[in-house]
Amino acid sequence: MIDWLFSVSWSPYVAGIGIGLLAGLTLLISNKTLSCSTTFAKSAGLIERSFRSNKAVVTERDFFHKHKPEIDWQWMLVFGAVIGGFLSATLSGSFQFRMVYDWWAGNVSPGIALRWIIALVGGIFMGFGARWADGCTSGHGISGLIQLSLASIVAAVCFFAGGIVTAHLLVAVFSGGAV
Amino acid sequence: MMNEVKKSKKLVSGFLFGIIFGFLLQRSGVSFNDVIMKQLMLLDFTVVKVMLSAVITGLIFVTWLNHKKYLKLQPKPGGIGMTIPGALLFGVGFALLGYCPGTLAAAIGQGSLDALTAGLPGILLGSWLFAIAWPFLNRTVIKIGHWDDRTLPEMLSLSRGFVAVAAAFCCTLILLFLEINAY
Repeated sequence: MIDWLFSVSWSPYVAGIGIGLLAGLTLLISNKTLSCSTTFAKSAGLIERSFRSNKAVVTERDFFHKHKPEIDWQWMLVFGAVIGGFLSATLSGSFQFRMVYDWWAGNVSPGIALRWIIALVGGIFMGFGARWADGCTSGHGISGLIQLSLASIVAAVCFFAGGIVTAHLLVAVFSGGAV
Repeated sequence: MMNEVKKSKKLVSGFLFGIIFGFLLQRSGVSFNDVIMKQLMLLDFTVVKVMLSAVITGLIFVTWLNHKKYLKLQPKPGGIGMTIPGALLFGVGFALLGYCPGTLAAAIGQGSLDALTAGLPGILLGSWLFAIAWPFLNRTVIKIGHWDDRTLPEMLSLSRGFVAVAAAFCCTLILLFLEINAY
């Protein structure tokens, strides 16, 4: 049991069953779906508000009127996930500062600056797309699917369709044209 | 005063759920950029295995809780002009970044500097740009083919329990197929 707590990785099935139970428990106990991406939009609103002298500019935006920039249940969930990731990585000894992972270095580019730029652009697409589709891999991909929601089924298929095509294009471009 | 206590309890419960979520994401390997990239290249199916086993478990659990009236479902609304372009753009970002919003949080916790220094500001910026573009998009493309928050059992006029078991069975078949073919 103790060994298990410190082992480098768990079976994807064990982790998946745990996440499935968790998604049910958040609905049952907190009346909230296990989802993450709205937090980033609310945080963006909080950041903009901290920079503006006229705070009303932010709250008067229709979007932030609907999604109040504040620290709420989901914000704490995402913050908790950072801590949970840290605890797991520390206990298993896999904590490591890394900018470029091995697979990326071998198949895209080992360059640190290039990795930074592509990841930043990817983040921009992801943030924009998550709000457009109103959910991400957790909100649609897990919480939505377990409720058999039509929007979530379509979203989950499109997340992977867009991701699979883009990943192959990325590798093709950087490995010199051969897919 | 009571309200304040209730609010802090809510925040603490979110934080505790988050710790468990981040722990499970990290320990299953899906917070590693390698694992997500190899999934999108169809070389490694860890992400699909984690997601489908979560969906099978959650489907049965939540359908039962809902049947017992312990909870109310909160399906999200969608539409052709909303779900499809939004989710495809998300997919493009998924491949370029190599994390999704939840695994990004766990990745920051395990020391992934690409997640912290590029992914996080990128998602914040993208979300903010959407907030700026929202009034326009909402008037135009998001309106197209709106289909509200309907769910499969309603669309098929079948009981939720039956559809849930059938869907869980299909997900199990996919996992069995992956295991048999040694993915």
